[in-house]
Amino acid sequence: MTFIAKPKISYAGQPKNALGLSMHDYEGTISTLCAGCGHDSISAALIQAFYELEVAPHKVTKFSGIGCSSKTPAYFMSSAHGINAVHGRMPAVATGSNAVNKSLYCIGVSGDGDSLSIGLGQFAHALRRNLNMLYIIENNGVYGLTKGQFSASADVGTKAKKGEVNEQQPIDPVITALGLGGTFIARGFSGDKEQLVPLIKAGLKHEGFAVLDVLSPCVTFNDHEDSTKSYAHTRQNFHRATRLDFIPPAEPISAQYEEGESICVNLHGGSNVMLRKAGQEYDPTDRARAFAYIEQHQKRGEIVTGLLYVDAEREDMHTLANTIDEDLIDVAFEDLCPGSAALADLQERFR
Amino acid sequence: MKPTDTLQPDYFHRVVDCQWACPAHTDVPEYIRLIAQGRFTDAYLLNRASNVFPGILGRVCDRPCEPACRRGRVDAKPVAICRLKRVAADHRDAIDDRLPEIPRRKNGKRVALIGAGCASLTVANDLMPLGYECVIFESLATTGGLMRSNIPSFRLPGRVIDDEISTIIDFGVDLRLNTPVHSLKALLDEGYDAVFIGTGAPSGRELELPGRHDTENIHIGITWLTSVAFGHVHSIGERVLIIGGGNTAMDCCRTSLRLGGKDVKVVARKPRHLLKASDWELEDAEEEHVELLLNHSPEAYVIENGRLAGMRFSRVEWHEDESGRLRSKTLDEVVLPCDDVILAVGQENAFPFIERDIGIEFDEWNMPVVDETTFQSTRSDVFFGGDAAFGPKNIIWAVEHGHQAAISIHKHCQGTSVRDRLPRGVNLSSRKMGIHEWSYSNDFSALARQAMPRVDLEKRFKELEIEVELGFTVEQTCEEVERCLNCDVQTVFTDSLCIECDACVDVCPVDCLTITHNGEEQDLRKRLRVAALEIEQPLFVSGALKQTGRVMVKDENVCVHCGLCAERCPTAAWDMQKSTILIPYASDEDAGTDSWKSLKKAG
Ligand SMILES: Cc1cc2nc3c(=O)[nH]c(=O)nc-3n(C[C@H](O)[C@H](O)[C@H](O)COP(=O)(O)OP(=O)(O)OC[C@H]3O[C@@H](n4cnc5c(N)ncnc54)[C@H](O)[C@@H]3O)c2cc1C
Ligand SMILES: Cc1ncc(C[n+]2csc(CCOP(=O)(O)OP(=O)(O)O)c2C)c(N)n1
Ligand code: SF4
Ligand code: SF4
Ligand code: SF4
Ligand SMILES: [Mg+2]
Repeated sequence: MTFIAKPKISYAGQPKNALGLSMHDYEGTISTLCAGCGHDSISAALIQAFYELEVAPHKVTKFSGIGCSSKTPAYFMSSAHGINAVHGRMPAVATGSNAVNKSLYCIGVSGDGDSLSIGLGQFAHALRRNLNMLYIIENNGVYGLTKGQFSASADVGTKAKKGEVNEQQPIDPVITALGLGGTFIARGFSGDKEQLVPLIKAGLKHEGFAVLDVLSPCVTFNDHEDSTKSYAHTRQNFHRATRLDFIPPAEPISAQYEEGESICVNLHGGSNVMLRKAGQEYDPTDRARAFAYIEQHQKRGEIVTGLLYVDAEREDMHTLANTIDEDLIDVAFEDLCPGSAALADLQERFR
Repeated sequence: MKPTDTLQPDYFHRVVDCQWACPAHTDVPEYIRLIAQGRFTDAYLLNRASNVFPGILGRVCDRPCEPACRRGRVDAKPVAICRLKRVAADHRDAIDDRLPEIPRRKNGKRVALIGAGCASLTVANDLMPLGYECVIFESLATTGGLMRSNIPSFRLPGRVIDDEISTIIDFGVDLRLNTPVHSLKALLDEGYDAVFIGTGAPSGRELELPGRHDTENIHIGITWLTSVAFGHVHSIGERVLIIGGGNTAMDCCRTSLRLGGKDVKVVARKPRHLLKASDWELEDAEEEHVELLLNHSPEAYVIENGRLAGMRFSRVEWHEDESGRLRSKTLDEVVLPCDDVILAVGQENAFPFIERDIGIEFDEWNMPVVDETTFQSTRSDVFFGGDAAFGPKNIIWAVEHGHQAAISIHKHCQGTSVRDRLPRGVNLSSRKMGIHEWSYSNDFSALARQAMPRVDLEKRFKELEIEVELGFTVEQTCEEVERCLNCDVQTVFTDSLCIECDACVDVCPVDCLTITHNGEEQDLRKRLRVAALEIEQPLFVSGALKQTGRVMVKDENVCVHCGLCAERCPTAAWDMQKSTILIPYASDEDAGTDSWKSLKKAG
């Protein structure tokens, strides 16, 4: 970690977005994570994505559980709203917030321990109700915060820092999400912002539960030679199944995308993503084939990345629950809570 | 791009913008740190090593370092480098016991120096410790050249000049005042081993217009200033016109105000941004309510009843012609009434004492042919420096000429080639103290530039000698030193250590780092996190990185040397190391190329 806070400096030629904000206006407080932690790069990618999407920070709610990864919401967009929940329980809290604030961007940042060990049930149900949020798993294969025990995403055969070997099957968040019926499933790498930033933007614009598994090396406990979650190992086995370009609403889709080689997916609010396939028969809208493709490559030890599955048609929690257009938080208390007489009436109807 | 060779001494030197811009390469950030620690004498001596006259220059230097200062690109106002130099000079202790030892036994070589201005004095300063006998010939009854005769004492008090010049004279210089050299040939015949000509650019330019010689009330600026300085002139009329837009004009108008001028106007042909005067000199004059009239082209002196009544001007408008040259168009004419006119339209060289048949070549403009590196003339034992070499410049350039000429004179006298000079060098030493500790003040301070406290307007005109600027207070000094970005504490990169985690890229507060695939400079400059458009500022490019073969690129332009990249790097691929730029002087030449670097103390 660092004790020197990053100073706010406006220098000649500093770029600003349409809101008049510089990238630094999207930053958070000084990071207390280990220097070189992948999680910090993901924070930087989030800062860049929100800056480029020109989102006003006060239109964003941030959620997390417990872990180094779950500390990261403090490290981007200080002026956004946020709740740090208990270990593995972030989805419940996010659901509550989103239920009453549907017009705010909702972003959860969790870890492989927080989401795949203690919080697997919560994770699965948030996905099932298709809560409209971007759910990032900062995946390092260990419990970083508690000093590097294997997490549920540790690969078979990977070695801990002191040499102990993991024998248990990993839970792969991408395969899990596919199995559970996720509507937006992607994987990125903290060390590749060129890919990560468009994935974050697309995930934020997806109307429904967007799972983004980001390989994020733990420099302190899991970046050694026989680790399968190190910077070097990730780079060596990195496989891009799709290349994604995020296209904001105002921008036309350029002619460079050829029919057959690329797929256009329309997202909520007029944005589009163009998916360029890595040459082969991969189809990110075909769940069965996506499953097979990922399985087959992962058997070879490859780490499949990109936007791996997307279904922009499935309805999110609010549409399914048929809520009103307005944010519930803006509805007058008397209307939200019509009193005990109204309650008695309602109960009568179920007798 | 090829990986940057940071061991090439100029690379890191360039990053220290102020030091690179200083003709004498003063180690600015190091002396500012010494001031910050209250080590005024050390700061003074460090200055003295390169610029010889810190007290003088801390007041009146042309300060090319300040427009270059990186701080100006970060928050618009550079560090008050010059003012801090004065702090060191004002608060230092005696330095006698820390000056170089002057050998009692001389080396048998005699050098004549013509003129006791800053150029000659620098040569003497560098040669005396090497055992030379130096003889200075000066026409005037005092030392200092234009520093004393032309720079007004309200900007530069005589005691400051006396103090710094006597340090050099006390090395044992044979100073001969009131001794003009009328014949260089005769001087050479006296058998000197070398002669240095530091006679300056002594004549003020004329402005021949109708009426010029019909009155006594038109003065040549530099002559008039000299007369004021030496007490021959005590007054001037109430309405004064100063013709010209350079620094001499500013000194003339402010001096006029102190000699009785009430309505003082500076009249210039050009628009403001083309005036030669420094911004701060213009501001100082305007603060004293001098009126600045721009775009007025002088046409005639108006003489009525044998007395100067005013001056006629064309008011002009400027535009560029097809070839990009500025052309003026006359709009109308105006007459400005006045009692006196002071001409400040330029300075010229004159070498009446140099015979043209003694092997010293002169060019078509009647200037001596002088080598720009060695300052040697076409006659091997005659050297030039200061305003005499290439026309009027300023003190700090004259000092640098003096250093270089001293090296040449030394080599000439020792019978070695004046061309075979020591190269500059660079020493690096890490500033890492512990896990989160750096031995320099790396916290970025957002403080604004301090304003110089001055004597009140009513008080300052009472006497010519009242120094207007009071110098920074302790509190101001404490704040201003923190504005320095420590550009000499360099970001040093070891590519084999980098694991491409992006931590440094993300943490840099001015977005100057990028990891990307290599390319040609033009293309690379566009592809950085923030495009590197300041092409005068170098890019650092690493070798190929281990994991992906990409390169680390740093745009040096607005790096604030905060050390966060090094602080954040998990593998210490970045380190903060202080660069000491090794500048050779005459005294280093003896040591020889290989050993001199080790002789110089690392920072
Ligand atoms: C009005 C004015 C204001 C200025 N203000 C500044 C300023 O604020 N900051 C700055 O950096 N620069 C300033 N300058 C410029 C600066 O003063 C000169 O560039 C500098 O003094 C040049 O130094 P020098 O040693 O080459 O020559 P000089 O200072 O001109 O010294 C030459 C000496 O040689 C003597 N001499 C000449 N001929 C002979 C001879 N034949 N025999 C014996 N002696 C001789 C002269 O009497 C004189 O003493 C100013 C100049 C002027 C005119
Ligand atoms: C209920 C509960 N059980 C256990 C813990 C201890 N604990 C804190 S963080 C953590 C694991 C975090 O792992 P992960 O989510 O992968 O985050 P990382 O630190 O690796 O980013 C555990 C088990 C806790 N804080 N609360
Ligand atoms: S322990 Fe690991 S996960 Fe936690 S901050 Fe350090 S590097 Fe990151
Ligand atoms: S020292 Fe490093 S972090 Fe600081 S401004 Fe320079 S490159 Fe950026
Ligand atoms: S912080 Fe260090 S290891 Fe990480 S990218 Fe920068 S130089 Fe490389
Ligand atoms: Mg983890």
